Amino acid sequence: MSATNPVIRFTDVSKTFRRADGKGEFIAVDRLSFEIAKGEIVAVLGKTGCGKSTMFNIVAGLLDPSSGEARVVGHDPFREFDFFRGKIGIVFQNDRLMPWRSALDNVMLGLQILNKDPKQAEDTARRWLERLGLSGHEHDYPHALSGGMRQRVSIARAFAVDPEILLCDEPFSALDEMTARDLRAEFVRLVRQNNKTAVFITHQIGEAMDIGDRVLVFHRPARIAYEGRLNADTSEAARAGMREEVMRVLALDRTAE
Amino acid sequence: MMNTRPMRVLQATAGLILLAVVWQILSMTLQPFLFPPVPEIFKRTFEILFTGELLMDVLITGARIFGGLLGAFLLGCMLALVIARSRLVENFLTPVLTFFQGIPALSWVVFAIIWFHGTEFRILFIMVMTTLPAFTFQILDAIRSMSKDLFEMTMSFRPSRWTLFRFLIVPTIVPGILTAWKVNLGNAARVVVVAELVGATGGVGYQLLRQQQLFDMAGAMAWTLQLVLFVLVVQQTINAIERWALRYRPVSERAM
Repeated sequence: MSATNPVIRFTDVSKTFRRADGKGEFIAVDRLSFEIAKGEIVAVLGKTGCGKSTMFNIVAGLLDPSSGEARVVGHDPFREFDFFRGKIGIVFQNDRLMPWRSALDNVMLGLQILNKDPKQAEDTARRWLERLGLSGHEHDYPHALSGGMRQRVSIARAFAVDPEILLCDEPFSALDEMTARDLRAEFVRLVRQNNKTAVFITHQIGEAMDIGDRVLVFHRPARIAYEGRLNADTSEAARAGMREEVMRVLALDRTAE
Repeated sequence: MMNTRPMRVLQATAGLILLAVVWQILSMTLQPFLFPPVPEIFKRTFEILFTGELLMDVLITGARIFGGLLGAFLLGCMLALVIARSRLVENFLTPVLTFFQGIPALSWVVFAIIWFHGTEFRILFIMVMTTLPAFTFQILDAIRSMSKDLFEMTMSFRPSRWTLFRFLIVPTIVPGILTAWKVNLGNAARVVVVAELVGATGGVGYQLLRQQQLFDMAGAMAWTLQLVLFVLVVQQTINAIERWALRYRPVSERAM
């Protein structure tokens, strides 16, 4: 798929790591190419160890590709460190809240790093906590919050800096199904309302299909083994068919885990 | 109920009262110059506290402890930061610091006398050298215990080095710093007396040496108590700072 002015573009990106024992290397990402358009939500599915997180870290600028070209809004996310300040928001698998900061202060973290006016930063953080149903918990420390509430705080933290791109690495996998379902719906609503581009990593087929406009299935080393599109008009039968196909493709990857 | 704060204070006080009672019994059965009566020790202790000139000796020792600890802390922070950043520096410095750790305080006293002039500098040198390795290793441990998850999360906002230091590194190492101060305070209080025994013309160590020359056990005990009281007051102050700085922790983690 070729998007006009893609927000994220990978061209033959590969990433190799040296093995822990120092003997040789292994390939985590193998000549991966894809494009993601503005406003699109792309769900990336794959078995554990298939290289999803490596791809994620390259987009986030936390890793440099060994070869190929990764571009985010036309720039190199690894080398142009300062350019991406405030442009990428990340929701991690675990909430990663700073235990010494209250919920409000955690949401304010990114805004403080971006040197926003303190009063405006506080107002923004309070607004996001309110939108995520956490009014009254502003001054609670993370240990006093439930898992779902903590993950809401981390979502608020990611949205508060108003990033162009949201990266989510299995953000709801540690939560119970009911909480995860509510947060998923909330997340999609916020992404759509705020016209964000999102990459959502998951290993749950249902979650990928609930969230994504597009579903990419990765095989190890990270390369696209399947690509499917979804929208509000996709019929139940088509969804069921796609689900079957995704399961079949996932089952073919026997190298992961 | 048995572990409430008032109960713990009561138990701790009871232990000290028992010690005083045993001492008093010994003073009644043995020569008073060996075990002077408890009231005499207290009288001498209060004398020191309320006599400006004598109290000055306590304050001088306190200042030397603080000076030495502050010097070792600042140097230890710098060394720990450098070691944390470079495996090469770690390979060079760790054996040196471990070697220093094995040198007795008394040896540092001898070295200081041979190498330097000036009492205050000698004492500062001894204090810094005896507490530096512990400070460095404890702060290094604190830096290394920094969560990789929190580091990645903070880096995702692309902070400057200073912002990263302020928002992540400092709060991460604060508990380690407070523990290091508490541990090293006791060590420093013991070392400062040894350092003051040699050449100092003031301070608790100097006064203890005088009491030994006068064969005055009550005086020796009174001056020892000054140092113990000083350490207790500073420990409590650090504990109060710790309670405030680590107020975010759940109660169970704060060690009842």
